[in-house]
Amino acid sequence: MTTEFFRWTENTWKDPDKDWRKADTLVAGIDVGSVSSQAVVLADGEIYSYCNTRTGSNSPASAENALRLALEGTDIKQDDLQFIVGTGYGRVNIPMAKKAITEIACHSRGANFMGGPSVKTILDMGGQDLKGIHCDERGKVTQFLMNDKCAAGTGRGMEVMAELLQVPITEVGALSLDVAEEPPPVSSTCVIFAKSEAIGLLRGGWTKNMVLAAYCSAMAHRVVGLLERIGMEKDFTITGGISKNVGITTRILKELGVESIPLKPDAQIAGGLGAALFARDLFLKSRK
Amino acid sequence: MLGWLLKRFVVMPGYIANYGYTDGSGDYYIVVDTDKCDGCGKCVESCPQSVLEVITDDYDDLVIRVAEEHSKNLKYVCAPCKPVSGAQELKCQTSCPSGAITHSW
Repeated sequence: MTTEFFRWTENTWKDPDKDWRKADTLVAGIDVGSVSSQAVVLADGEIYSYCNTRTGSNSPASAENALRLALEGTDIKQDDLQFIVGTGYGRVNIPMAKKAITEIACHSRGANFMGGPSVKTILDMGGQDLKGIHCDERGKVTQFLMNDKCAAGTGRGMEVMAELLQVPITEVGALSLDVAEEPPPVSSTCVIFAKSEAIGLLRGGWTKNMVLAAYCSAMAHRVVGLLERIGMEKDFTITGGISKNVGITTRILKELGVESIPLKPDAQIAGGLGAALFARDLFLKSRK
Repeated sequence: MLGWLLKRFVVMPGYIANYGYTDGSGDYYIVVDTDKCDGCGKCVESCPQSVLEVITDDYDDLVIRVAEEHSKNLKYVCAPCKPVSGAQELKCQTSCPSGAITHSW
């Protein structure tokens, strides 16, 4: 079998100390993104379980799969969930969701929950688009900017590069930092151009690490340009899959000259978590 | 202090929405200030290219947004109102009673 270098670790987690039967509210948020899908289950406003998996070609099936994985081993049935909110690219196509909310509001809410009320600027680096979001201390969006023109500077672009260089995507960040000096960045506006540039550089004798560094710094540069457009307000945090790539996050923070707030338990679930928080609000409102 | 209280408790502050993209030739964003926008839809009627639409946003307010199919090609769909020969009044901006719409280019 050939190795698929773009594969990243899919994971599920569940809180072993909590009993969902005792919870007053049990809700879920499902984020079907362009590349990854997350489902988060909240019991009484706290994370009970979550899962992070790959989106397939069919968004209802991906949503169902994500929710199934999040509920696996918890003996919660789908009917036990009092409210489900869908978000992400595929949000209009999630059959079990009672409401669809944009991923902008959800990411902001989720990052506010995980990072605390001091978070003012959120950068969501998704599979196919980049979003810069400002929010207030309650996690309400005050400004956002979405760059969804192309996949350069996003997770999908990174997957293409990992596949080209035959480096497992989880190691890209560390390897890109392992260079003697920072090479000049490759083209930052198009994955296809960047890919052909990378091939040229490899033929020109660059090492894999150097090419990765050049690509990571191009991505970081593109993101910094986007953040400069909406302005930088502290505190800053990064959500989405790319936040796990140290090669990119280190370069972004260096270029911006700021620190980022680490998100626990997982920066990639921010969208799903935000959706679940909205679901809880909507459920409490409907019960009144 | 009073201003802060007013903003916090009386008027739910809106947000600034940037719809568009950056490509090799520049920034193409339509910026909507939803604090000012009340979703009256006059801009939607006045736009010759049907770029805008009225939606209910995540916080249950009526606001306008750039239709999804146009947010990736604003440079081209907005071109008829922006001839190279010189600036022209933009219909979306002049029709808006509260001045909620700006263009980045």
